[in-house]
This record gives sequence, structure tokens and C-alpha cells, in this order.
Amino acid sequence: MPTTTDSETAPESGAPATAPAIRFQDVEKRFGDNVVLKDLNFEVSKGDRVTLIGPSGSGKTTILRLVMTLEKATGGYIHINGEPLTHELRGGKRVERSEKAQKQIRKRIGMVFQQFNLFPNMTVLENIIEAPVHVLGQSKEQATRRAMELLESVGLPNKAKAHPLQLSGGQQQRVAIARALAMDPEILLLDEVTSALDPEIVGEVLAILRRIADTTDITMLIVTHEMQFARDVSNRVLMFDGGRIVEEATPDVMFTEPKHERTQAFLHAVLGGQEGQIGTH
Amino acid sequence: MWITLQLTLGGALLAIVIAVVLGLGARVHNIVVRGLCRTVIEFFRGTSLVVQLFFLFFVLPQFGLELPAMVCGILGLGLNYGAYAAEVVRGSINAVPAGQWEATTALSLSKTQTMRRIIFPQAWALMIPSLTNYLIHMLKGTAIVSFITLSDLTFHTEQLRVQTDTFFAYGVSLVIYFVVAYILTLLMNGLEVRAKHRLGRGEPLREALSVKAPNTTVAAEGGRSA
Repeated sequence: MPTTTDSETAPESGAPATAPAIRFQDVEKRFGDNVVLKDLNFEVSKGDRVTLIGPSGSGKTTILRLVMTLEKATGGYIHINGEPLTHELRGGKRVERSEKAQKQIRKRIGMVFQQFNLFPNMTVLENIIEAPVHVLGQSKEQATRRAMELLESVGLPNKAKAHPLQLSGGQQQRVAIARALAMDPEILLLDEVTSALDPEIVGEVLAILRRIADTTDITMLIVTHEMQFARDVSNRVLMFDGGRIVEEATPDVMFTEPKHERTQAFLHAVLGGQEGQIGTH
Repeated sequence: MWITLQLTLGGALLAIVIAVVLGLGARVHNIVVRGLCRTVIEFFRGTSLVVQLFFLFFVLPQFGLELPAMVCGILGLGLNYGAYAAEVVRGSINAVPAGQWEATTALSLSKTQTMRRIIFPQAWALMIPSLTNYLIHMLKGTAIVSFITLSDLTFHTEQLRVQTDTFFAYGVSLVIYFVVAYILTLLMNGLEVRAKHRLGRGEPLREALSVKAPNTTVAAEGGRSA
């Protein structure tokens, strides 16, 4: 875990090369009176694969949504590659950054959702090339070539012209993964990507994600209930409860000899089999 | 007859433009723009169409603005129905699932790109049935323009009644209104089929138009991947 010394006022330019991919600094998120995250501090180094586990309502998904700027923190700072994401400290005050500045950072982050969220008014191919063409300014030919490569790699080369709703859930999620990768993100957020899938097709999606983890150096922040997947892919696991990190360890340690009793109880419930709370998220 | 159609089509085109502008405006963040749009919507929804027409036709000339009756008719109908339809536009846009907006954020699409390329095409399929309703309503609403000197279908019905008899004149009028309304409904249904097909639901328009036995496989396929 490299410790960074860049101050919270770090300007957008000249962020140190050693800056962590993601850094949460005293982050607080509340919805009205409901405090979801409190005094949250953690870092994710470049190329790290970090899995967040914990009972439902522990704030895991909120963390991903904060990084994707789908939600904005109500306190503290989030830094991406050393650059403040939505808020920065300026003149002693916490101020929101301009939409333009936020967009520049957002472009480097991709997200795959539990519900896929493909655009139903477009074909599979159009879904994938939409942002590369209209956000990154790639030519249609270039984006299409890359999209076909990605479709090939997720095993759906002949579905380019299909409409999302004509595909199974597993196929839709594979397209969604290809769509996120088409933007060449430095950071990929995976939000319970298999939770909406039938058990028998969870494997095909996880296999693709494993391969991406093996063949790229994309930083990944993962929320999942698939403990085997977490163990295979991630190099660090954070256990959350009540909006705080209660334990942090490598997967081997976390899944074999968890120290905190909350972790033990949670893992017992999840890994204990069908009688546990797996289905209650 | 021709006047009625002109009013309906002109009014409808103006109404849809106004509806989209006001409907989008009523959901922007800027409170001034939003407030203005809401005021316009509430004003034209909340006042009588006849009075609006009278105002355009009889009051404006007193301020030196004299508009032809046809323009007044189209303007009145367009503003009135546009205000109603604005709520349909706004509601349909809000009905597009939140996940669609989130996906556009995750892909860094701009607000304009998001609305134009992702959200509106989906909302469009949702709004068509309600817009069809207003269109039919407007067709029949055109009858009141005879108050501002336009000789529309209802006006000619009266003339026909004087020349022939009551049953015949009103009977013919009913049939004509119905036929026009039905044609408009069919056209709008065609638009809806096309819009839904573009969302990957249901058959293409060409197939929907072809005569064939009721198709049960479409419904079965549509329910497959929820």
C-alpha cells in the first residue's frame, strides 16, 4: 500500500505518478438523516483488484456510485489518480468541481451494472460504439472494428445487429462489459454484475471478467456476492458493515481466517449455503 | 373539411413542438427556465380554448396585431394542446428507467447526447398513445373555430342542414369526423409499432401491416428476457 503525501489540494496537473487510482479521504455520504458512509478512508493502487463485501445496506454499492459520480459525497474527498473527483479543498472550503473537470476524470472510469442498462433503442453494436464515437471522437469504422473485437472476446460475435431485449440476461451483461471496455477505462467498477442472472449463466459472465482481470491492468473495484470470484480475481478484500471498513485482508486470509467477528458471521452466512442470507441483498 | 384538416395538422405540429420545448423545459435544473415553462403550461391548460381563440382573434387587433383567422386557430389549438401534451412529454421522459441515465453517466455522454440519443427515443414510444388521444381530441376541438369566422366541417354541416335535413347533415358530419379520426389513429398506431420495434419490442411495421393470422409467438418472445 503506497502511502501518498500529495495534499488534498492537489491540482489537476502534475498528479504524481505514484498516486493511487482511487483514494477516499474522510468520505461521508448521507441521504437526508441517513448516514450511509462515515469517515471512510481507503486507497486502491493502480492495477489493484479490490472486492468490497458485507451485508446489504453496508454502503458497498454507494462507494461505486460515488466513484462513478452517480452520487456525490456529502463530506470528504475522493481522488482519482491524485486528482479530486467531484469536490476539492479550495481556500479552506470544500467546493464542487466544474462539470467539465468532472467529465475529464469520469471518462477514465467505466461501470457495469447489476441490471445491465443497455440502451434498448440501439442494437448491440450501436450500444458499444455510441460513447467511443460521440465522447472519444473515434471514427465509426475504428469504433466498429474495436467493438467487433470486444464482442468476439465476450463470445457474441454474431449478435452485433441484435437488439438488447432479444438477448438473454447473461448475453446482455456480456454486451454491457464490452460496452464499458470500449471506452478503455483505467478503472472498472463492477456492481453486483451477476446478481440479476440465473445461476447457470453466472459462470459465463464471471469467466469473461476473470480473463479481463488476467489480461489487462485495469484497476477494478468489485461489489459481489460471489465469494469464489472475489477470491479468484481480487488481491484485496474490504469487509464493510454500517458504512465502515471492519476488516481488510488478502482474499486468502479473509476467506480462511477472518479476524473480526462481523466478518466471520457474514462469511458464514454467505458461504454456509442456501440457508444463509445470500438471497437477501 | 379542408379547413378542419389544416387546423388539425397545423395545430398538431405546433403542439408537438411546444410540448417538447415545454416538457423538456419543465424538468431542467435552472429554476427560472423551469418556472417559466410551468407557468406557460398551467396558463394554457387552465384557461378555456374558446377564450384563448377570442383573445387571439378579437383582442390582439386592438393592440395592433391582426392575425388571419387560420393563424389564430392553429396558434390557439397548438398552444392549448401543446400545454397538455407537454405534461405527457415530461411524464414519459421521467418514466425512462433511472438505469438508462446512469449508463449515460458511466459512458460520459453529454446531457444533450443523453436526451437526444438515449432518453427521448425511449420516451417517444411511451408518449405516442397519449399523443394520439390529444390528436383525436384536437380534430374534434377544431369545431370551435367557426366562432372566429372559419368555415370548418361543423360550419358546413350547418349549411348542409339548411339545404337538406337534420338527420342527413349531422349523419354525414359524424361519419366524416369518424373516418378522419380513424385514419389519424391508424397513422399514430403505425408510429407506435415502429417506435416499439426500434426498442426491440414487437414486429417491424411492415410485418404489422401485412395481413396474417394472429401471432402468438411475438408475445411469448417479448416476455422472455426480463
